[in-house]
Amino acid sequence: MKAPISLSQRVYELLSSMRFAVSLLTLLGVASIIGTVLKQNEPYTNYIVKFGQFWFELFEMLGLLDVYHAAWFLLILLFLVVSTTLCVIRNAPLMVKEWQVYKEHATEKSLRLFGHQVSLATTQPAAALQTQLSDFLSTERYTFKTRQQDNGDVLIAAKLGTHQRLGYIFTHVAIVVICFGGLLDGNLPFKVQELLGWKKIETRDISSRKVPAESRLGVDNLSFRANMTLPEGERDNVAFVRVRDGYLVQDLPFTVALKDFRIEHYATGMPKSFESDIVITDPELAKPIEATIRVNHPYTYKGIAIYQSDFQDGGSELKFKLWDLAASNQDGFDVDGVVSQKGSLGDGAQKMTVEFNEFRQFNILNLSADGKGKPHNVGPNTTLKLRNASGQAREYMSYMQPLQLDGRSYFVSGMRETVQDEFKYLRIPADDALEINGFMHLRQTLRNEQAIRDIASQVAKQMPGDNAPLKAQFEQSLQHLLVTFKQGGYSELSRIIESAVPKDQREQAAQTYLKLLNRAALQGYQMSRAQRQLPPAPETQETAMFIQDSLNAMNDLFFYGTPYYFQLKNYTLKQASGFQLTRSPGQNWVYFGSVMLVLGIFAMFYIKERRLWLLIKPAQQEVLLAMSSNRKNMDLDQDFARVQQQLTALLQATA
Amino acid sequence: MSTLSVKPTSFWQSLSKFDWIYAVLLLAGGIFSYQRYAGFMDIYEVSFLFGAVALFSYLGWRWSAIARLVLGVAVLSLIGVYSYHGDLANGGQRFLLKFLLASQSAVMWMNVLFVLAMLTYWLALFQKSAFTAKVASALTWAATLFGFVGLMVRWYESYLIAPDVGHIPISNLYEVFILFCLITSLLYLHYEKLFNTRQLGGFVLVVINAAVGFILWYTFDRHANEIQPLVPALQSYWMKIHVPANFIGYGAFSLAAMVAGAYLLAKHGVLASRLPAPHVLDDLMYKAIAVGFAFFTIATILGAMWAAEAWGGYWSWDPKETWALIVWLNYAAWLHLRLMKGLRGTVLAWWALVGLLVTTFAFLGVNMFLSGLHSYGTL
Repeated sequence: MKAPISLSQRVYELLSSMRFAVSLLTLLGVASIIGTVLKQNEPYTNYIVKFGQFWFELFEMLGLLDVYHAAWFLLILLFLVVSTTLCVIRNAPLMVKEWQVYKEHATEKSLRLFGHQVSLATTQPAAALQTQLSDFLSTERYTFKTRQQDNGDVLIAAKLGTHQRLGYIFTHVAIVVICFGGLLDGNLPFKVQELLGWKKIETRDISSRKVPAESRLGVDNLSFRANMTLPEGERDNVAFVRVRDGYLVQDLPFTVALKDFRIEHYATGMPKSFESDIVITDPELAKPIEATIRVNHPYTYKGIAIYQSDFQDGGSELKFKLWDLAASNQDGFDVDGVVSQKGSLGDGAQKMTVEFNEFRQFNILNLSADGKGKPHNVGPNTTLKLRNASGQAREYMSYMQPLQLDGRSYFVSGMRETVQDEFKYLRIPADDALEINGFMHLRQTLRNEQAIRDIASQVAKQMPGDNAPLKAQFEQSLQHLLVTFKQGGYSELSRIIESAVPKDQREQAAQTYLKLLNRAALQGYQMSRAQRQLPPAPETQETAMFIQDSLNAMNDLFFYGTPYYFQLKNYTLKQASGFQLTRSPGQNWVYFGSVMLVLGIFAMFYIKERRLWLLIKPAQQEVLLAMSSNRKNMDLDQDFARVQQQLTALLQATA
Repeated sequence: MSTLSVKPTSFWQSLSKFDWIYAVLLLAGGIFSYQRYAGFMDIYEVSFLFGAVALFSYLGWRWSAIARLVLGVAVLSLIGVYSYHGDLANGGQRFLLKFLLASQSAVMWMNVLFVLAMLTYWLALFQKSAFTAKVASALTWAATLFGFVGLMVRWYESYLIAPDVGHIPISNLYEVFILFCLITSLLYLHYEKLFNTRQLGGFVLVVINAAVGFILWYTFDRHANEIQPLVPALQSYWMKIHVPANFIGYGAFSLAAMVAGAYLLAKHGVLASRLPAPHVLDDLMYKAIAVGFAFFTIATILGAMWAAEAWGGYWSWDPKETWALIVWLNYAAWLHLRLMKGLRGTVLAWWALVGLLVTTFAFLGVNMFLSGLHSYGTL
């Protein structure tokens, strides 16, 4: 009858079993995949917009938004550590024994049951044989023990490469050590304090000085990864740790000041290096430390490594020309803005807030039509948000200089209503002076009622022939055409066509209308140029393209969603450098574990364990050769064949 | 005494005159490079230089074909470098460069030779011809030679574009695909010799030629063969060891998957008479996965150390890291079942084959699906 197995024994058996370990490895792998499919640690609003409130809440509850720090994930890791530890505890004694013993008590009967065994004939006396075989084993780098048996036989038990067994211990202890190091660097202490209600994350957008103690981490915090953004010329002694939809303030034992931030570029315009000149001040220091950090070259002080992580605008001053798209006859007026600050436009119900969100000095774009050309720097752009009185906002991203698209120059401005959308781009053709004014004045002319009448009459006059009533009729319909386009662009035109023209003639009518529209617009352009004392534009293909592009842009402006166009004219750059500050006491544990892991893996794969027995039987004039390995691979067959051949030769040569 | 006849000679005694000349040449090359370029290298890069001398000496001693390959690559690359006369424009003008040794041409030769090698291996398999198989091996060696020459010359070309653009050509998908072909091919040739069988070439060359296909598409459709300067994060000596280690891993896993495919076919009676015995395939598969696992582990650790220096943390759970872990866990489980449970055969073969999908995703899929692409396509 079997002895009953206690519950704790059964749990131990399960946890230390390989079945359990492999299941955990699989589970860990699957769990890890989730975090790569679902973007981690995004701002919460992004998830709500993308998945809706219900799924967001479910994901949040399951910890899917930060899988790798979720309690259940840490639990899997913990089980892996426990399982691995128990595996080691369970198997290490056996491994150590296998590593040490020679198994010189093997019986002849058991040796003859081996898969790899053979009897070799010999006529040598036992003593001489023993010396010879010992020499052979030594040259083959075996270590061995010899045992005289009661029946006069001599057993030589040899082993080779049993260090392989240490590989098992090394690899498995390494996993535990690495996980321990990782745990040291995790945020477990904070999690516990949060659970106990001692700490809580801050979600308000307030000055770091005002953040209460319960959302601060002290300078004695053992491990952290925090971020700090410093505009040029400014200093700070705190960093921020992002947690879920909020943050914690990490107090630093020193102050960091940013003297200068530099971006160098390759000839192609691609960034070549990001460098920050920083000054570290600390009451304990006789004089401040000056250091330059760049990507791949952090600076470490007081166990805290400071890394160059990113950069952003630190409050560049922007100068715009603001075009009021509703105005009929004026140049734009000057407006100033500072990145990450706000301004306002208009009054009353028309009042709008402008948020100057971003300024980028360099933009490397590939503008070739087929996407095969070389990317190059197209100059600065800026992103701003226009928010109306009811709080609705549209985002605009505009390039300062005209971009070359299909061989022509355009002022490009993108608009989108939510951050999830792609920008929809407005392309305003640049005039012959590479300015936006040509378009703006043309547009103003085409929207001016008196000008429309003038255009219509002039175009009609230029008609060949002298049929006065026909010309008057033509002038009338031209006026109507221009007014229609002014009111609603192409879609208004096509609406009119659809209501007035039979189906089969619409295509032709539309073509005629467009031709007329272009002709009239050209007339308008010449008028607007005359008004500005500019010579008339030459009637070339180029001008025709400009007119066509202008009409397209006017049409697109109906969808631009704002009565203003911000044209960036000038800027004064002020950058901010983003640092990551890390204290990582577990790092050396992880590295130590990693070295152990590699040593262990090589020991396990590349040290071949061999056990070899030579039973000398003088009475039978026979040597029994048996060989075994803990790995049943083909090498064993080959090694056995080789040893058998060598020993046969050896025994025959001396016979 | 006659016992001496079975005494193995020591490693140093086994070296031939050629071995010593080879090593001295490598060392001389190392010293020359050091004298000329030490000012541009940091201490780590200097150690890699002499580490490479030691490593390739050892590899060449253990496997003389490698020595011949290294010497061949050196000679052709030097001719290529010399033919440039310091002017990149010569690449399109001089006959030798334009049709043979400019990196683009050499890589094309590699592509062509790999395709021919695969066809020849298959022909040999159906003909059961040892001679044809030998020709296939020679073609594979030639492809490998040209691939390495392409990379070496490309390395030099990058410095001709501008000194600050110059970098080792293992920095983007195009370049690492070439590296992948070369490493997989060398691993295969190693096993070809070790197991004394040329029957698996057709299988392994399939995965190499898949990579060749990718290189061709990437070259002609995307013009990815153009040398781009390094983004700041990649400007580090770590790249020189992290990337090759990783590709030994990827190469070995791919090779194992191809052998697994052969194993499964043989088990179902397809080509069984022309392929090595199943237990040989099984053993080869295990050996390849062991190599892959060892180097993948090293690569991941090196990657973690690099990440600690570049990103401020040795582990950030970014998609590439996470998928590296998944690949590692996958093969860790495979090895556990084989080594500890003694599992063999069909299950492990299927697993190794499916493992290739996981590995491919970690290698390619992460770059394609999980990283930010150009957001300017709508312009």
